[in-house]
Amino acid sequence: MKIENSLALFNKIASDPYDYIKTLKEKTNKKIIGSTCTYTPEEIVLAAGAHPFRISGQAQNLSAADAHIQAYGCSMVRCMLEDGLSGDLNFLDGVVFPHSCDSIQRLSDIWRLNIPSLHFDILLPVKLDSQLSQNYFAKVIKRFKSDIEEALDTSISDKDISEAIHLMNQIRTALGQLYTLRAANPALIKGADMAAIVKASMVMDKEELLVELNKLITLLSKIEKKNDARKRILISGSICSHPDIYQIIENKDAVVVWDDLCSGSRYFEGLISETENPYIAISERFTNRFVCPAKHIRADFQLDNMKRLIADHRIEAVLFIFVKFCEPFSFDYPDIKNELEKMNMPYLMVEMDQHNRIDEQLRTRIDTLLEIMQF
Amino acid sequence: MAERLKATKEMKRIMRRYYAQAKYAHYMGKKVAWITSGGPVEPLIAMNIIPVYPENHGAMLGASKKGGQLSEFAEGLGYSPDVCSYVKDDIASTITKESPIKGGLPQPDMLICSNNICGTVLKWYEIQARNFNVPLFIYDTPFVHTEFTEEAKEYIKEQTKEYILFLEKVMGRKFNYKKMDKVGRYSLQSMKLWKEILDTAAHKPSPMTAFDAFFHLALIVTLRGKKIVLRYYKTLLKELQERNTKNIGAVDNEKYRLLWDNLPIWFRMRWLSDKFANHQAALVADTYTQAWCGVIDYIDENDFLGTMGEAYTRIHLNVGVDQMADTIKDFIRKFDVDGLVMHSNRSCKPYSFGQYDIQNLIKDMDIPVLMIEADMTDDRKFSESQVEARIDAFMEVIKEKKRTK
Ligand code: SF4
Ligand code: SF4
Repeated sequence: MKIENSLALFNKIASDPYDYIKTLKEKTNKKIIGSTCTYTPEEIVLAAGAHPFRISGQAQNLSAADAHIQAYGCSMVRCMLEDGLSGDLNFLDGVVFPHSCDSIQRLSDIWRLNIPSLHFDILLPVKLDSQLSQNYFAKVIKRFKSDIEEALDTSISDKDISEAIHLMNQIRTALGQLYTLRAANPALIKGADMAAIVKASMVMDKEELLVELNKLITLLSKIEKKNDARKRILISGSICSHPDIYQIIENKDAVVVWDDLCSGSRYFEGLISETENPYIAISERFTNRFVCPAKHIRADFQLDNMKRLIADHRIEAVLFIFVKFCEPFSFDYPDIKNELEKMNMPYLMVEMDQHNRIDEQLRTRIDTLLEIMQF
Repeated sequence: MAERLKATKEMKRIMRRYYAQAKYAHYMGKKVAWITSGGPVEPLIAMNIIPVYPENHGAMLGASKKGGQLSEFAEGLGYSPDVCSYVKDDIASTITKESPIKGGLPQPDMLICSNNICGTVLKWYEIQARNFNVPLFIYDTPFVHTEFTEEAKEYIKEQTKEYILFLEKVMGRKFNYKKMDKVGRYSLQSMKLWKEILDTAAHKPSPMTAFDAFFHLALIVTLRGKKIVLRYYKTLLKELQERNTKNIGAVDNEKYRLLWDNLPIWFRMRWLSDKFANHQAALVADTYTQAWCGVIDYIDENDFLGTMGEAYTRIHLNVGVDQMADTIKDFIRKFDVDGLVMHSNRSCKPYSFGQYDIQNLIKDMDIPVLMIEADMTDDRKFSESQVEARIDAFMEVIKEKKRTK
């Protein structure tokens, strides 16, 4: 097996995730449960014998969604809805809506009223800073477990959950290893490939995924470290599913070595304790990993986290990629940007109108901004 | 045009006094808390802490037509043009001191944020917690898409205790449960009075319009739990009841009755009010000001602290779109309205997303709906000529419908 083959597999799945799922469904007859945010406890879905996958919103043109959400909704939410309404997600058996931002919150209602499928609201706490909210969080996970048991007419044992936790921990470890390998030696694989791997990880059958990830790690571990003088970039934002962005950066003698994205490190950050009560353990991971801006842990968490990422990964410039109209991420930006200015850290911010499409204008902006970025 | 409500003058006086008191709180050794509009204010009143509402301030800034300019200032700092203008107005006013209140809002000693209205306030209060470096308490109200779960009920109950511990810690003294009991009763009574006030609009012609409600709302938002609210609302209620006995309408020769959804457009209140009045249309009710009395039934006056959590969690903005549609249906019936005006508010996503589905859900009521694209304070997002044309067209439909009925 060659590295190229492995990367081709991940890229194929990332570029046509729905097709992969349809085939998976035919082959395994598993129930397919879509999720709208990284706060979905995939372990519970797996323990129920179903397949969890992240709905990425593939629609390129919006028509059906326009009749339900105004144009000032973010493209993540609008594209997911479009896929749901247009029938592109007809293979789904159910959808999970973890409570995160205001837009997902209303998406849940609109989905429930218009698209027939099993519907799961996970009423997460918004604050993760107290024992009380932590206890509540664990109960919410437990409720999700009984909701899915009832909906899928199955029963989940503690053993099922432990096994799922173990599997997901291995996957997260593997993804973390890949990131670390690549951060140490960015020439190993392209940024776009790395992004495709994470995206595919949110889609693939988890057992298969683990095998493929480990194969790739073995192959990459054999490659010797090269000197790499390219500037080390961190991408920060909610979702960045466009491979071209990585290429544009690499064309300019820079390279993305780490990210702070829902479609990146936030997916695999943090492990779940395998000895504790599983509901508590799952909720603790969500609190201990890099908390997303839609949740509260400390007023200055996002600022500190940015500084930590910069130090940990020897970052030389930060690229913020925001989805237009997204409130949680954009509200933190001015204060983080000021912090970066104090550190003399170059940065730039681009807003994407459609999270899955890159237009010429955006391309030129990134291009020129990279050029004028004072390294 | 009918005369303005006489009570209005007194209301202005009360608000002026309230802001003066807040302004000088620190000189009088009192503490100031900034709190979100749907936040649990009663424990603050019981603790003698002065509550200040940046959203009410935002409304004032909007009404004084400063919203666009302040938003623009905040955008210069890096805030997005596409996010809630209340937040931007507040952040800008904190820096520029631009405000109808001299010198801007008094600085907070603590921040109390409840996400029962939106997730936006969470980010807003984090920003201000960093800026003022003061403690922040979040009163976390799980969203009620379809059900209010047992664990949410318990969580919110326990949080009330957590909140009180927080206040005790910040203030360095014990919580006054005796005073709380009184404050709780006043609060509930003022909500009931507020409801009676809004209900007077069921009379034909309506003695008040939603524009009056938007104005008089400030008291129930900022001072509920205080006796003065009761006194004032009683006077107001009396005046409205008198109008009803004499059949005096707020709009001359009221012929059409409308319902408003979402926040007001603060900088165009007068214009809109005149615009509709010229069509002999009265906006008799709205979903926004009703939010402060829609949950009365969940509160037990003998156990305010124990029951307020559920009430705060079940408010209009914290429930599913279908429940919101039911509320709107109730209003359509109760106030016998001929049309619905929806403000599609670019600032407020939780209020605006779902409006199309609400239209679908109320189809069986067979009433025309007008959607106005705007923003509650940012006048840059308002096109007068477009809105005017749409209102005229909408009123034509309503008139035609009434004629053929
Ligand atoms: S991009 Fe932002 S607004 Fe859109 S779903 Fe994600 S967090 Fe919510
Ligand atoms: S206007 Fe809407 S988004 Fe802004 S603070 Fe109020 S409820 Fe939140």
